[in-house]
This record gives sequence, structure tokens and C-alpha cells, in this order.
Amino acid sequence: MYRILKNIGEYFLMMRRVFSLPEKKGVFLRQTVLEIEKIGLKSLGIVIIISLFVGAVVTIQTAFNIMNPLLPKYLIGLATRDSLILEFSPTMLCLILAGKVGSNVASEIGSMRVTEQIDALEIMGVNSANFLILPKIIAAIFFFPFLVIISMSIGMFGGWLGSISVDVTTADFLYGLKYQFNPFYVTYALTKTIVFAFIITSVSSFYGYTTKGGALEVGVSSTRAVVYSSIVVLIFNFILTQLLLA
Amino acid sequence: MISVKNINKHFGDNHVLKDVSFEFESGKTNLIIGESGSGKTTLLKVMIGLHESNSGEVDYDDRNFTGMNFNQRKMLRKEIGMLFQGGALFDYMNVEENIIFPLKMFAEQSEEENLERANFCLKRVNLENTNLLLPSELSGGMKKRVAIARAIAMNPKYLLCDEPNSGLDPKTAILIDNLIQEITQEYNITTIVNSHDMNSVMEIGDKIAFIYQGEVWWTGNKDELIRSENQELKDFVFASKLFKRLRQTS
Repeated sequence: MYRILKNIGEYFLMMRRVFSLPEKKGVFLRQTVLEIEKIGLKSLGIVIIISLFVGAVVTIQTAFNIMNPLLPKYLIGLATRDSLILEFSPTMLCLILAGKVGSNVASEIGSMRVTEQIDALEIMGVNSANFLILPKIIAAIFFFPFLVIISMSIGMFGGWLGSISVDVTTADFLYGLKYQFNPFYVTYALTKTIVFAFIITSVSSFYGYTTKGGALEVGVSSTRAVVYSSIVVLIFNFILTQLLLA
Repeated sequence: MISVKNINKHFGDNHVLKDVSFEFESGKTNLIIGESGSGKTTLLKVMIGLHESNSGEVDYDDRNFTGMNFNQRKMLRKEIGMLFQGGALFDYMNVEENIIFPLKMFAEQSEEENLERANFCLKRVNLENTNLLLPSELSGGMKKRVAIARAIAMNPKYLLCDEPNSGLDPKTAILIDNLIQEITQEYNITTIVNSHDMNSVMEIGDKIAFIYQGEVWWTGNKDELIRSENQELKDFVFASKLFKRLRQTS
């Protein structure tokens, strides 16, 4: 318990240093663009592959579970749409990104810590927490919503491909996708994504930044970053769902 | 000049620095020597604020570093160049970007002027035409020289080096030592070198502090060191047969 409270306290102290004015705006901007490429664009491939197959599987499973002549077939499209928009794309995808981006961020910053690169920044007079972490947070907050929207679209496309294999007509599937669509679901999904993006990058950065020791400890920090950011994402998923939908 | 006064540092129950006081002079290569684990690196880190001391003071030319707040320290640190044991070059930047980085952050000058300064610093450490190489493509000695070039890019008043020639072959180690000494005299800066390499001590030791079990056990220069009768210092310095013979012949 003491360690948890200590970590929370240290996390907020670090965040106070993260959210200060950057030393040089030009350098900061360049760093943010690099992070967008590293955190955002380089995650595009995995997002597309996972969303495509999950979309198809969700459709097939839904079709398998509502094989009832009394239930209209467009419900398969509707169930796929709601599963993807409400839960898979914002939450499950962010958990996958917590693994990919979180471990990458923690190991990158952790390696910099153990090889004294962070000390070198401090000696130069650079606020290392601000210089290293803030661009990652901004990049994730800016780019994760795009990834989630792409995931929703690709997931629905995958769902359509899946629907062909279970004898659902394209017309029925598309009707289901459009049926009683509530645009607030997208707002809800994107709100969650922005919060998760912040959690994943800041929690992972914290574990990287506080690494002590050598290569072995970098690995430990990376694992902790994924585990704790995933737990915090799930807790906030519950809180935000209660606040926004209940 | 940098002076440390009555520095004490504990890590839990471990009393690492015990009432350490010393003056590091300008224009001289000041050496802190001692066995591994004697507290040399901790002292250096206390001096630049990477560790907080439990008591005592650090003054940079009569400016009290210990009492400074975060922003005041940040300003003072712009006058300090630091050479880390492993070089601490930024992995994702090439040689030129590593040297230009502090200039970009703090020097109000154009890109061309930054590049000119980077090339000058690289020439000073005999590493011309390596601008576009990544740290992973450099040898240990080259990394150290790039780190020196980066450390001197901002024209520092103080240069702190943590075991600058560890892991280097004797020839490259002497090259690095001489480079540090030349830079110290050329720019009249206060240089502090942490070392347990006796070749370094004999090569560049203008003023030496021997740290033993967290205390300043002996101070002097390299000539006095050879003749010293301090038992702990003798055990440390003349551990090898070569140095024992040197002592006998001197």
C-alpha cells in the first residue's frame, strides 16, 4: 500500500514537471512530430490487421448466436457496429496499444535513464521530463483518436467480409450498421480514447523515467508499464462508462 | 573555482560521503581518485545536483549551488559541461545533432552558426567528417571524444568528467586525458576528473583528492603522490608492480 501511494505521489510530482512550458518551441514541435510518427503512424499496421479480423469474428459469432428465424438478420450488422464503436475500438484497441506503445515508451525512456542520457539532459539545463514525456502525451492524444476511427471503419469492413461467409446479405448488413445509429456513441468512444491515450503514455513514461539499475530493470519497468497502464485503462473505462452512458 | 564544504551523503544506513571538503581550482585538472565504491561518483553527482546531499554546501565561484532553486540551478548548469562514464550520447541523434543539441536549446544563434560551432568542436577533438554517424557506429574512444565535443560546445566554465577513460585502451585513454588537459588550460576552466586509472593520475593530475571510504583522505599533486607515505594511498596507487617499481626509482 505504501509503495502504491508513493508511486502515485511521485507520478504527480513528475507530471508537474512534464506540464511546464517547453524551453524551445521549435525543438519541441519537431520532437512531437517525431513522436506522432513513432507512436501513431507505426501503430497503423497492427490496428488495421487486428480490427479487420476482430470485426469479421464478431460478425460470425453474432450470426452464430442469433440463428433464429424470428430475429432479423440486420441485427448482426447492428451488433457488430455497437461492439466495435462502444468497446472494441476504444478500449480493447487501447489495451493492445498499451502493450505496443507502453512497452516502447517505457523501454526507450528507461534505457535513456540507465545510460545517463536523462542526466545529461538535466546537466545541460533541460527539463528532461518535459522534453521527453510531453511530446509523447501530445502525440498519443492527437493520434489515438484517428487510430480508433480507422479501427472502427476497418472493423466494420471486416464485419462485412465475415457476414458474406454466414449468408447475411450486404443490404441486411449495411441496414444493420445504419439502424438507429446514435452519434453520441462515437463521442463517447473518442472521449475514452483521449483519456486512455493520456494514461498509456504518462504511466509508461513514469515507469521508464523512474527506472534504476541496468538492462534487466529496463525490462522490468517495461513490463510494469504495460501491466499498470492496462489496469488504469480498465478502471477509467468503468468510470467513464458510468459517467457518460449510465 | 568550485568548492565543496562539509558534504555528507547517506543512502539509507550507508554513509557514503563523510564531511567532504575540497577546493577545485580554475585552469587546473583536478582529480578525484579512489577505489570503486569509495564515493567519487556520488560526490560528482552531489556537486551537480543529481543527488541531494544531507548536509554541506557546494559553491561555484562563490555562488551557492546548494541553496539554489530548480530554475537557478538550471541557469547555472548551462555553464557546466559534463562527460559521463559511458558518453551518454543521445542514441537517436547523429554526432552533429548531439553537439548542436545544447546550442539549439540555449544559444541564440542561427543554424549555420550552430553547425560552424559543432564542426569546430569536432575538429578540436580530432573527429572531422563524422558528423552523420550515429553513436552506435562509433568506437568507445570516439564516443568519449564526441561527448567532450558536446560538453565544450556551450563554452562551459566548468567541466566535470566521470571516469572519462574507463573501458578504453591505454593509447586512447591517454589521448582523452591529454585532450581534457589541453581544453582545461586553453579555456581556463575548472575541470574535475573522477578516476581510478593511475596512468591518468600521472598524466594530468594537477591537483588530487584521494577519497577513502567516503572521506577526503589525502590531497596533493602527482609529484607529492609518488612520495606520499599515507598507507591507504600507497595501497591504492602502488597496487601494481609497475607502479611499485616507479616509486622505487623515483
